[in-house]
Amino acid sequence: MTPDLRRFANLTLTLAATDFKLRFFGSVLGYLWTLVRPLMLFGVIYVVFTQVVKLGEGVENYPVYLLTSIVLFTFFSETTSRGVKALVERENLLRKIRFPRLVIPLSVALAALFNLVANFVAIFVFVFAAGIDPQVSWLEIPLLVGMLVVLATGISMLTSALYVRYRDVEPIWEVALQILFYASPILYVITLVPEKYRDELIALNPIATVLTQMRHALIDRDAPSAVDVLGGWPQLAIPVAIVALVFALGLWVFAREAPRIAENL
Amino acid sequence: MTATAPHQEERHASRPSARPAVAVAHAAKTFRLPHQRYSTLKERALHPFASRTFDELHALEDVSFEVAQGEFFGIVGRNGSGKSTLLKCLAGIYAIDAGSVEVEGRLSPFIELGVGFNPELTARDNVIINAIMLGLSRRQARARFDEIIAFAELEEFVDLKLKNYSSGMGVRLGFAVAVQVDAEVLLVDEVLAVGDASFQQKCFEQFDRMKAEGRTILYVTHDMASVERFCDRGLVLERGRVVDLGPPEQITRTYSALNFGQAGDADASGSGGPARVLSAWCESPEGERLVASRHGERLTACFEIEFTEPVDDPVFTIVFRNEVRHTILVCSTDARVATGRFEAGRRATVRFGFENNLAASRYTLTPSVGAPGRGHDCYARADDLAALIVQGAGSGGVIELPYTVEVEGR
Repeated sequence: MTPDLRRFANLTLTLAATDFKLRFFGSVLGYLWTLVRPLMLFGVIYVVFTQVVKLGEGVENYPVYLLTSIVLFTFFSETTSRGVKALVERENLLRKIRFPRLVIPLSVALAALFNLVANFVAIFVFVFAAGIDPQVSWLEIPLLVGMLVVLATGISMLTSALYVRYRDVEPIWEVALQILFYASPILYVITLVPEKYRDELIALNPIATVLTQMRHALIDRDAPSAVDVLGGWPQLAIPVAIVALVFALGLWVFAREAPRIAENL
Repeated sequence: MTATAPHQEERHASRPSARPAVAVAHAAKTFRLPHQRYSTLKERALHPFASRTFDELHALEDVSFEVAQGEFFGIVGRNGSGKSTLLKCLAGIYAIDAGSVEVEGRLSPFIELGVGFNPELTARDNVIINAIMLGLSRRQARARFDEIIAFAELEEFVDLKLKNYSSGMGVRLGFAVAVQVDAEVLLVDEVLAVGDASFQQKCFEQFDRMKAEGRTILYVTHDMASVERFCDRGLVLERGRVVDLGPPEQITRTYSALNFGQAGDADASGSGGPARVLSAWCESPEGERLVASRHGERLTACFEIEFTEPVDDPVFTIVFRNEVRHTILVCSTDARVATGRFEAGRRATVRFGFENNLAASRYTLTPSVGAPGRGHDCYARADDLAALIVQGAGSGGVIELPYTVEVEGR
């Protein structure tokens, strides 16, 4: 590795680790909060959607699915919503030290990824408790998480760079996240969506693709895979292309803004 | 570490070529300040063209200078003169709009000490994080940790959270980390203002060591004493332009003149009155004019007046004010003392001699001439006409008188 690249990696890792360490600093439960928070959200939603609104009926291992999708979406919303303000919050560093500006959004994504990995521990506890046996298809998990990471990083590169100039980005993104929460199969599974919207939803929302495939790979081999819902392998290119485009756009905008970020802050 | 070794070779290899360490040519930096800041999309949508008008702030204009390898180069200037912008442009934090900045060798990437220190973390964590930010690898940071703590003299406080540190301790820690950075060209922005006398001494020694190692240092400061002590050369910035470039004595003189107004500014005084203050200055007992004086030396404060109308027994006063504009010392020919008659057109020079018991600081001199009697009707006054820098360690008091001390045990 060249010294520049090594410094880039070192910095990203250090900032992410510090961020992660400080998140629940001073709280009694400390790191446990990273687990407790999504579990509590899961508990509430679980009660509501199995006892009150019976959404989960007929869905195999609905609790596990619910937890998995909540954890994955939490990762996405955490990365992107913290990403929006990341540059502005690190103003002090940006104005006093020369370093690649890209370190900032990447470190935010990495810190959220640490959380995600910790949360997967909880997921696997539920998976085993539900009596699901380990399968070869679990190897797809890193790939699916990777797709989500690329999407979230692309968005936070885009929004963080724009937020320096336009403060509207924050409320806009807040609303967008809420829309995405309901537009993704988190509370429901994809097969509950009326057939005529189903392929549009899964094609245009990469999060839906990831969650559906995750269900197929991790929880229930009998559930339809993303390819099944999409209607074939070629159609898989659409969500993948969306992720790649969002990432490329984010990178392009960020690189364009980067030299002037320090003075526009 | 392997990372440092090739660099040292490079440094030695490049020295005979005598290329300047830093070469800045016609650098300019302009900030565009919109007349009205349109920072929401709606405003932008409603007034797509309205925001095209800008005020241009020329933070740097046509700045050119070269710093030789191994030189200790001072950059001074008043607040808002563009010093920090210049340093940020050199450091690569800001991009310049015109001209060129060339740096030979590795440049330290930071312009302030202790950037990114987190008050919630211990000194141990902060040192490692800060060192990595400044470009060390994790392994290097760990290897040099003890050295850093020893230099900062904070061995007992390693596991204390930084929020419980005094500001001086924080600066010491920041400085100790910064000197570990393997850079051939260092950018240093005002570091020695904090820290006690013994630590300042240590910083000075470290500067001497870095100079001896042949490192190039660009040093931004307000402290003229340290400019005179360390800098080989320097420049004065004023409104984004280089107004002076040369040896340190010349630089400090130009800076003081800029800061406190020159003799020519005296006309601000009551111009219609019977007298005019021409100039003010401080001098040594030998009659040499001084910009700075050491605490404890004999000092003479002088000013020159010209009378435009005849005046009987005027009262001459000179007021010393410190940086926060507190009146510290008033020297005056007492109202009861007859100073004699001064005809129109005559000039007079007034000298007040005293032992310099002023605390280390910057003072301005305000000379005035008034009418005799209780009311002190002012004939002429020139606010802050001259300046005096008093050097010394400083006890923290506004005045430092000689005193005796006795400690009696029982």
